[in-house]
Amino acid sequence: MTGHLLSVVVFLPLAGAVLLLAVPRWAEGVLRGGALAVAVLAFVVSLALWTGFDARQADYQFVEDMRWMPSLGVGYHLGLDGISLLLVLLTTLLSPIALGSAWRAIEDRTKEFVITMLVLETGMLGVFVSLDLFLFYVFWEGMLIPMYFVIGVWGGENRIYAAIKFVLYTMAGSVLMLVAILALYAQHGAATGAYTFDLPTLERWVMPRGLAQNLMFAAFALAFAIKVPLFPFHTWLPDAHVEAPTAGSIILAGVLLKMGTYGFLRFCLPLFPDASMRYAPVIFALAVVGVIYGAWVSTVQPDLKKLVAYSSVSHLGFVMLGIFTLNVQGMVGGVIQMINHGLSTGALFLMVGMIYERRHTRLIADFGGLWTVIPAFSAVFMVVVLSSLGLPGLNGFVGEFLVLLGTFRAHPVLATFATTGIIFAAVYLLWMYQRVIFGEVTSEANRRLRDLSPREWAVVVPLLVFIVLIGVAPSPFTGRTEASVKALIARVESKAGASAAAAATAQARP
Amino acid sequence: MTPIPAPPIAWNALLPILVLAGTAMLVLLADLLPPRESKQHLGALALAGIIAALVIALVRWGTDVCGFRDMVRLDGYALFFDIVIAYAAALVVLLSMDYLRRRGAESGEYYALVLFAACGMMLLASAGDLIIVFLGIELMSLSLYVLAGLFKSRRQSSEASMKYFLLGVFASAFLLYGIALLFGAAGSTNFERVAAAAARNPHDTLLLIGVALLLVGFGFKISSVPFHMWAPDVYEGAPTSVTALIATGSKAAAFAALIRFLTTALRPLQPDWTALLWILAALSMTVGNVVAIAQTNLKRMLAYSSIAHVGYMLVGLVAGGPQGTSAILFYLFAYVFTTAGTFGVLTLCERTGGTPEPDGDGAVDVREYAGLGRRSPALAFALTFFLLSLVGIPPLAGFFGKFYLFGAAVRAGYVWLAVIAVLNSAVAAYYYLRVVVYMYMREPEGAAATLAPSFAGGLALAIAFIGIVLLGVMPAPFVELAQVAVAPLLR
Repeated sequence: MTGHLLSVVVFLPLAGAVLLLAVPRWAEGVLRGGALAVAVLAFVVSLALWTGFDARQADYQFVEDMRWMPSLGVGYHLGLDGISLLLVLLTTLLSPIALGSAWRAIEDRTKEFVITMLVLETGMLGVFVSLDLFLFYVFWEGMLIPMYFVIGVWGGENRIYAAIKFVLYTMAGSVLMLVAILALYAQHGAATGAYTFDLPTLERWVMPRGLAQNLMFAAFALAFAIKVPLFPFHTWLPDAHVEAPTAGSIILAGVLLKMGTYGFLRFCLPLFPDASMRYAPVIFALAVVGVIYGAWVSTVQPDLKKLVAYSSVSHLGFVMLGIFTLNVQGMVGGVIQMINHGLSTGALFLMVGMIYERRHTRLIADFGGLWTVIPAFSAVFMVVVLSSLGLPGLNGFVGEFLVLLGTFRAHPVLATFATTGIIFAAVYLLWMYQRVIFGEVTSEANRRLRDLSPREWAVVVPLLVFIVLIGVAPSPFTGRTEASVKALIARVESKAGASAAAAATAQARP
Repeated sequence: MTPIPAPPIAWNALLPILVLAGTAMLVLLADLLPPRESKQHLGALALAGIIAALVIALVRWGTDVCGFRDMVRLDGYALFFDIVIAYAAALVVLLSMDYLRRRGAESGEYYALVLFAACGMMLLASAGDLIIVFLGIELMSLSLYVLAGLFKSRRQSSEASMKYFLLGVFASAFLLYGIALLFGAAGSTNFERVAAAAARNPHDTLLLIGVALLLVGFGFKISSVPFHMWAPDVYEGAPTSVTALIATGSKAAAFAALIRFLTTALRPLQPDWTALLWILAALSMTVGNVVAIAQTNLKRMLAYSSIAHVGYMLVGLVAGGPQGTSAILFYLFAYVFTTAGTFGVLTLCERTGGTPEPDGDGAVDVREYAGLGRRSPALAFALTFFLLSLVGIPPLAGFFGKFYLFGAAVRAGYVWLAVIAVLNSAVAAYYYLRVVVYMYMREPEGAAATLAPSFAGGLALAIAFIGIVLLGVMPAPFVELAQVAVAPLLR
């Protein structure tokens, strides 16, 4: 069991989905309960990863390496390091919460819904633990389809447009990444004689700098930038978020966007260090634009869900900043900020979904004075909003602080601009909160709202626990990522040095 | 006068073909015997013959027989295609049994013609001589012309048959003229001797013109741009089960002959035909995919999509070498299952009963698939998987096929062709997923009947479904089979 712990975590939801196929579709309670039980079980099993993880070690842990297609150099290679550990746990945490949030919201085709969600979970987990480019691509591309169904089948009014836009945007980026993967495979094979998709092997190989590396970097970066989404590739995101059901939004914001930032960390930096360093200023600039642009656009949104969606563009800009500082503070901050965004924005979507279920509107103008009607909801919402805007003592602060610290070391001017993003975040979030929660009760329909039900408490409390925990005691979380981040930076620098030396000797030769 | 020496007869080299031909005769004979009202037993008989041919092909795996003065070769390559063709024919027969009865077009000739077409296809796979190529193409095509016009009372069906026939014989004429010129240049129609002649004088004008004419003929048979004009009309008008055979078996067989001809007989000219095929591949992919977007008739859409898939496979020919060539073989194998499955769902969804419209062809318009996810979840689920495999979503067969194919292209240095190909597959996602949108995300207009597949149809779908999942998740053994199969070509 311990030897295959990662496989168990990854494929547990899929196995659950296959089992649920056998349940008749009228037994909705069994389907919902069964899916939730599977997701909770996956979370419990994944806790063994947390406890068994050795924080001092920078290498991949819980490694499983089996032959899959040896003649093509494709292996079934899984592993976990400090960067992916937290993302795996975030995924297993958010999946049961998303399923729980949909308990009443999804009435139509429950069977298909729970099965799709479980398949989606396997896909996401697979992305984070794959150490083989082929395997990674299988999960990366494969999870597109369940998400497409979640948006397209159970989404809002404009769901079909949003679902197709989501798929086409993501596919356009990832097919080019596929060519880059193949080119990397071919180039590595031609240079070393070993044709393989194995990531650790490719990571160790020093690729010559030049056009080929730049193009491959561009293809990978495009695929990931669309997923993040980095400005100006973000236009699919508001549509997808607004149309997706609450559960879909939670997963989309909480986990899917992280696949983009994770991709930059796991693939772009170690595989193409020279190109990464060369184009870091471009990414920096786009990230800062995203931070400020996302915040400004959020401010004027009349729709709660759209506001949260654009705030994701801003927050993910911070993550990208952190990653491309290429120093320890910034990158650890970036990783923690990924988790924070997953928790805070997941929680925001959850809360927005709760009032949507009650009032069937998401327009800020339709609310006001909710504090007197539903105080418990308002209090929880307050904590979530404060966590999202980075109040010290809650999780958001830790990540943003580290990211900005790192950015100041790397690029003080841009850091100054990025800092304004935090101020704007306070503006749009607090202004929104004020209009929704405070003041007089403006609409009669709002007077009869019920407060949080036990089920709603149950889905939101786990998020609150982690929001406070990371805010108060961040060191278990940062500590587990630090070693891996340091090793990553060392690798990038040593590979860049080696390729520079190779280029210099090549030039010295007549 | 010295008698012309007859070549020794090597039955071994023709074994699977003979079994099929024999079964076809039996089907024709049994058609005259009672029971006359049902033809299901003829379908079963045809199926038995195909399975026998499949078993023979599997048993003979690893052997290499030449016969009739090297005109026919039953090597690993031919056996691989025999297996692919047998699967295609078997799936088509399974799908036809129920479909034809519902359409009231059951006949014994149908099954015999399917078997004869399969004979022609297998002959193409074994061809080591241009004369055999021509024989195989004619046997296959003549059977398919008749099959396309099976629904005699339907205008589109007759039109499809006529169009297919006229354009088909035109292409055959090109092919024959090309063969004649090649014979003039090389003094022989045998692949090996053509290769020797081409090596001696690679830029002989007569040879080059002959090759160009031959490529036109082949281009028609595989329906690559710009020789694709017949495909949409024929796909649309022919009975859907016949369309499935045209899309899978005939395409695989034409590719079988084309690959063997190019890689053995024309190896000295490889740089020339590679450059030509590069353009054909890029054109086929792009035209096929872009035009498919505009189609609302599913059969037409699949026709254009099949043109695009031909473009992908030509990428493999451009890449060449053991990688590229075996990638085409794998892709064809995957494509046969996927396409047969897709057309299979279409045949099962075609409306029957009620008030038959004079021109109506049942559910082939994408709008009629609205709400299929509710009406018949199993069929919608299966069609979704087949379409996703056509898009190339992992972990299905279509994805691995593309991966292997484009990987070979990148390794051979054709990165930009691979870029064109993957961008095309992103475009293709749009129109394939539109069908999924209708099935799951729109509600049916009016009361549409729920559908239940028959046993034979269900079996065919199950085989195709298992095929695409197996080829997608565990491709390694099949890749090795394909690599073994192309080994004799590339010696």
